[in-house]
Formats: sequence, C-alpha cells, structure tokens
Amino acid sequence: MLEISGLAKRYPNGHLALSGIELAVPPGEILGVVGGSGCGKSTLLRLVAGLEAPTEGFVAINGVRVDRPRPEIGFVFQEPRLMPWLTIDQNVSFGIRHLPKAERQSRVGEALARVGLADFAGHWPRELSGGMAQRVALARALVGRPQVLLLDEPFSALDALTRTDLQEHLLDLWAYDRPTMLLVTHDIEEALALSDRIAVMEPAPGRLRVTVHPPLPRPRDRVSLEFQEWKQHLLTELHHSLRASRQGDERFPAAAI
Amino acid sequence: MNEPAPLTEAVALRRARPNFGWGLGLVVPVGLAIGWELLVGAGLVNGRLLPPPSKVFVTLLHLAAKGELATHIWATLVRVALGFLFGVLSGTLIGALAGYSSWARRLLDPMLQALRAIPSIAWVPLFILWFGIFETSKVILIAVGVFFPIYLALSGAIRSVDRKLVEVGRIFRFSAGEMVWRILLPAILPSYVIALRAGLGLGWMFVVAAEFMGASEGLGFLLVDGQMTGQAQTVMASIVVFAILGKFTDWLLSAGTDRFLGWQDSFKPNL
Repeated sequence: MLEISGLAKRYPNGHLALSGIELAVPPGEILGVVGGSGCGKSTLLRLVAGLEAPTEGFVAINGVRVDRPRPEIGFVFQEPRLMPWLTIDQNVSFGIRHLPKAERQSRVGEALARVGLADFAGHWPRELSGGMAQRVALARALVGRPQVLLLDEPFSALDALTRTDLQEHLLDLWAYDRPTMLLVTHDIEEALALSDRIAVMEPAPGRLRVTVHPPLPRPRDRVSLEFQEWKQHLLTELHHSLRASRQGDERFPAAAI
Repeated sequence: MNEPAPLTEAVALRRARPNFGWGLGLVVPVGLAIGWELLVGAGLVNGRLLPPPSKVFVTLLHLAAKGELATHIWATLVRVALGFLFGVLSGTLIGALAGYSSWARRLLDPMLQALRAIPSIAWVPLFILWFGIFETSKVILIAVGVFFPIYLALSGAIRSVDRKLVEVGRIFRFSAGEMVWRILLPAILPSYVIALRAGLGLGWMFVVAAEFMGASEGLGFLLVDGQMTGQAQTVMASIVVFAILGKFTDWLLSAGTDRFLGWQDSFKPNL
C-alpha cells in the first residue's frame, strides 16, 4: 500500500510546487497522474521516490516512511539515462549489484528477454534506438522487482508509433509481478489506455483536482466510443485546471519557470 | 535475431575501405627526408646548417656506439617520468577536490588561475634559488607544467558530469564511494585521458627548458652542446630522439587507456 498524506513541497526559492496531496494507492493498481506542465506532477513523483524531501506531510510504503530512495521503489525517467560506458546487460544489472553473480546474470537475462532485447545484452547504449533504450530503462527498473514503479512521462520523447507499442508492452511487463504503478503523463490517451484510476492535477500550487475511475474494459479499445467520451471528459477537466493556472500565474508570476 | 545484421555490415563496410593503416602518416615526413637527402647529395644545397638525414643518422649511431645516447635518453626519461608523476598526482588530487567541493574550488581556484597565468619558465630562477641547480628543481619545473592541464580538465570534468546520471545512482542507493567509482570516474575518464596526454606533452616541453638551465646530461643538454660546438647534426639528432620518445610515450598512454573508452559515442570519420 502506497500512502501519500498531506504532502506539500516548497522550494528554497519560495515556490510552492505541491500542496495538500492525499492519495492511497492499493497494491497492483495503476494510477495515472495527468496535468499540464508546472502542476507539480514530476515533483510528486520525486517525493514519492525519496529523491526530494517534502516540506509537509509524508509518503509511506507498507507503513514505512519514504525519506530517501528505497529498494521497494523503481523509477523510469523521461529519458533512458543509461550509463554510456556500460553495455546493456551491465546497465540492467546496475540495480541488483548486491546479488551474487549467478543470480544477477539470470535475472538480467530474464529482464532483457521480457523487454525483447536478449540479443542486445553485449551492445553499447549508443547502438540502440530511443525506444529500445527506454525498454532497457524499463528492464533496469524492473529487474529488482520493485513493489512500486514510478514512471515520469516515460514515453513522451518517443514517436507516436513506438509510444503506443511501448504502452502495450508496459502492461505486459506489469502482468509478471503486478507492481503498483504511478504513471505521470501529459498524454490523456496514454493515461486512459493504461490506468485503473486517473488523478488530474492543477497548478499553482500543484494539487489534486479530481480522481476518476473509468470503468473501461481491458484491454482498452482506444477507438471505442466510451474511450473517446472519457478522453473528452478528462480534456475538459484539464482545460479547467489550466484556466485555474492562468489565474495562478498572475498571483505567482515566478511560478511559471 | 535479424536486427544486429546491419551493424556488422556497417563494420565490414568500414573495414573494406583501404586506409593503409598507420603507414599513411609516414608518407609526408619520409618524402621530405628523401627529398632533402637528394638535394644535398646533388650539391644543390649546403647541408651544413640543415644536415641531411643520413648525416643525422650517422651522428645518432656514433652517440649510441659511445654509450652517450643511452645516458642522455635515460637522464631525460627519468626527469620526465618523475615530473609527470608528481604533476599528475597533485593535479588529480587538487583537481578532484576543486571539482567535488565548491568550497574548495572557491578557496583554491582563483589563486591557481593566477599562478597559471605566469609563464612557467619564469619560475626557473626562483626554483634554482630554492632547490638548487640539480635534479629537484628540474623535476619540480616539469611537474608544474604537467599540473595545470590536469587540474583544469579534471575539476571542469567533475563539475560537468550529467546530474541525470547521478540521480540514477541515487535511485539505486549508491554510497558516496560507489557514486565516485561507478558514475563520476567513468564519466570523467575521457577528459582525464586527454588531460594526461596534454600534460605529458607539456612535460616533454618543460624538460628541455629544465635541461637548458644547466645540466651535464640529457637530451636538452645535447641540444645546447650541439649549438655550442656548431654541430647542427647533433641538435637534429636530439630533436629526432625527442620526437620519437614523445610520440612513443603518447602512444603508450593512449593505447593503455583505449580499452576503457571504447563506449564513447563520438565522431569517427572514415574518409
């Protein structure tokens, strides 16, 4: 169980990035977090990951406070962030360096096979396409079998085709160990295609506007009428949240940065 | 299974292009040497001030036969090696400190930048006063020359390590030691190797200056000796030895470090 309570973050320059976030995410749930830029969704993820400390409130996983990065939590960044000086398999084994060598090798082989890159184990990151590199990043985050996987706009830098492909792939990967997933995105379709529940955020200061539970059957049919209606509904919510932000910008001009 | 194929094809294509190996680099100098030899041999130019290669070669053989050449080379090599060692050690230590801690940088960098602006030869009189005319002052002069490129490159490289990669290390709960060993060190290695090579080049430059300031052996002494006795071929001979040693030590350094840098995604011209 991932618990977020009264979470707020004020940066040293006085900018209030996040305020009063309350969320409880049951094990295995996929929670999409959508919002325009500057609504604090990345900050939220960094706080959950323990990369930054909250100003108020707390994040707890299975009742344990998160005050620094924890082994139960995996993170996929917007960019692959592979170490260019390590081969693909070495990059993936980064997260399980404490395990004995034999176990490490078998887990890395398994993780690479799951993302369909078993043949690239000995290659350098520079030899991979953007989509392949991001799949390696997924393998690296999942190889330690985290209970919670945090994804910070993981597919936003990819072309539309690769993106859809990787979204489906992410669901396949999720099915192995069923980790709790927090998916931050600005792509409403991505959120709808993947999430059980979707939180819409609004900016200045970043807070939760509304949480919805679209009763869409899986696998999600992106062209179905229901899907399109939900997309429209979320777009409207997002639109309202951005209008709120424009007023917010007037109150905190510096917050736009 | 099919995907790696284009890659090996590309490698094969690159190999298929004739590149004559390292022999290509010899064409121009050897051509010039043969041309000069022929001009002097034909009596078209006087070889006294710029002796032909054959005369330089004979001089080298003479020096080698008398055992002098080995003595001079050894003396110079020892000076460069010691100076390089101390320069690298101090440059690495202080460069790492100034790169890692902004406090140390603010404390040390302004002074070091000011010292760097002094032409290093200007230290010679002072070093002779402080450390005497013998080996110590020579080694220190060389070490000073080697220090600055290493210090500059290392402190700069540490500060430009990608914050995003460091964050990956944080997510995986790296200790400070792991962070240095697994992320900072590999990330700065390319610039560090270039700095080592630049430092070594300066080491060879400064050893000549050091040996000019009074030495009874060494290749720099051979240079001065050739000038004093009006033997251009002796000067040429020691220049040739400098060129060979400089190139050889630089090659050693780059060959020794190449295997750590194969990962780089850098520009590789193949024309």
